[in-house]
Amino acid sequence: MAEYKTVFGGLNDFTPGGVDAIDDNPKNYVFSNVFDVASKSAPYERVAVGKNLEYVMEAVRAEGQSPWYACAHDEFALCMDGEVEIHLVKPDDSDSLVDPDSEGAVVLDEAPDGRKMGRIVLRRGHQALLPGGAAYRFEAGAPSVILTQTIQGPATVERWAEICHSESLSAN
Amino acid sequence: MTEALQTHYKINPASNETGYKSYEAGSFTFKRDEYFVAISWPKGAHTMAADGFMRAMMRTVAWGFFYGTLSYDPVFGTTNHYGIVDMFAGTYHPVFKENGRDHLEIFKAEDLLELFRDLVDDWTNEGYDPFAAPGENDAGQPWGRKNGNNADAVSRIRVTANRMVGLPGDADIRTDRNGYPQNRMFADVSSDQPLVEVEPGFEDEVAAFNLYDYLSRSDVTWNPSVCSVVKESLFCPTSEEFILPVEHGNDRCEWFVQLSDEITWEVKDKETGKPRSRIVMRAGDVACMPADIRHQGYSPKRSMLLVWENASPRIPDMIQSGEAPVIAVQF
Repeated sequence: MAEYKTVFGGLNDFTPGGVDAIDDNPKNYVFSNVFDVASKSAPYERVAVGKNLEYVMEAVRAEGQSPWYACAHDEFALCMDGEVEIHLVKPDDSDSLVDPDSEGAVVLDEAPDGRKMGRIVLRRGHQALLPGGAAYRFEAGAPSVILTQTIQGPATVERWAEICHSESLSAN
Repeated sequence: MTEALQTHYKINPASNETGYKSYEAGSFTFKRDEYFVAISWPKGAHTMAADGFMRAMMRTVAWGFFYGTLSYDPVFGTTNHYGIVDMFAGTYHPVFKENGRDHLEIFKAEDLLELFRDLVDDWTNEGYDPFAAPGENDAGQPWGRKNGNNADAVSRIRVTANRMVGLPGDADIRTDRNGYPQNRMFADVSSDQPLVEVEPGFEDEVAAFNLYDYLSRSDVTWNPSVCSVVKESLFCPTSEEFILPVEHGNDRCEWFVQLSDEITWEVKDKETGKPRSRIVMRAGDVACMPADIRHQGYSPKRSMLLVWENASPRIPDMIQSGEAPVIAVQF
C-alpha cells in the first residue's frame, strides 16, 4: 500500500479549492490562497489575506532583501514555502522609531542603530517570533512565502477584490 | 426555554445492566447503553450513537464549551455565553421549533463542565480514545458495557501558549522523547528545526520552532491549541482527520488557513440548519466562516488546519449591536 503523502503546496505548486454556494454569496467567505496571492505580489508587499477587526494575517512574497520593519507589539512569521532569513535588532531608542502605542508594522527608512539580537533561518513550516519593540529584516535567496500574524498597520496592503474568489465553484 | 439558572446536578449510580452511571443537569437526563446515548428533557427525548456523542462531548469538555454553539447533531447542543452556557434540544431545528418541542436551559458553565467531565470519564472504556480518528490503530472502540476507563486520554490538557510554543517557560515543542511520535499520516513531514542564533541577553525573544513538525506529532484531532498570541489574536493550529465531531455555530468570524492536504466544509445557516455552502479548502487556501453560520469539516487524510480566532469577549455583543461585522470583509 502507498505511503501517505502530505501536500503542503508552494509558490509554484498550488491548486486552490473554492466555495460551492448553494444558497449563499461566495464572497461571504473571503476565500483566497496564500500562494496565489504571493505569486502575484511584489517582493515584501504585506497583503492582508485575513482580517478580524484590527487583527490581520498577511501573505508576503519574500524575495531578496526586505526593508527594515519595526513594530510595537509581537508579530509572528510562518514560512509556508522556501527559505527566509530574519535579522533582529534591538534599537537604541525604539520609541523614536515606532510609537509604543501604535499597531502594525512600520517600514523604516534605514537600518536602525542598536544591538544585534540574533538571526533566524526559517524553512517550510517554521514559525518565528518577531518580538515587540525590535526591528527586523527578511532576506530570501529565492522567492519564498511568509504568512504573518499581526495587527493592521501602515505596511498592510488590502486588495480583497483582486485576491478573493467571487464566483461559486458550480459556476465554473 | 427556562430562563432561571439551573442548579440541579445529579450523578446516579452505575446501572446493574450496563455498568454506566447516568446524569442529570437541570431537567435534562443522560443515559447510555452498549451502543446509544439517550438524552431526555420534559417535552421530548433524543437518541445518538455513542461514538459521535462521545467525540462531541470530549471536545465540549476539552474546549470549555469553545466559542459559540456546539451542535452534536441537528437537535442537541450547547451555546457558550462565557460563564453561562445554554444546553438545548431542538432550539436550532425548524421542525422542533414550529411544533413547540424545543427546550433550552441555562447553567453555570463551570458546574455543567464538572458534570460533563465525570460523564466523559465514566463513559469512556479502556482503550477507547474519543480524541482519535476512528481509523487510528489505538482509537479503540466506544461500544459495549462498562469496561474500565481511559483517564489519560480524556484528561489531556488543551495547549494554550502564552506567547509562542517553544519559548523558554512557555508550551513545549513535541518530540519523540517527550512522548509525541509523528502520526502515521504525517511520517513524511520534515522534523528539521529552524536555525536560531541568539545574541546574549535575548534568549527569551529570539525564537522559532517547526510548527508543521509540531502538528505532525499531535495525538488528538479537531482540538485547536493556541500556539502564538498577538494580544487577542490567537493562532490555534490543529490536526484534523475524519469528521469535526460537532457542527460549530459561530458567534464571531472565524478564519481558517489550510496548511496541508484538504478539508471540505459543509456550511449551514446557524439558526435553521439549512444548507448554505460547501467549501473545499486545499493547501494554502484561506477562508472566513461568517458569524451567522454553523460548519462541519470532513478531512479524508489527516491534515493541518490553522484556526485563527479573535478571542475578544466583547465580539458577540459587538455583532449584536452592529459594531462588528457578521461577514469579516466586504469587497
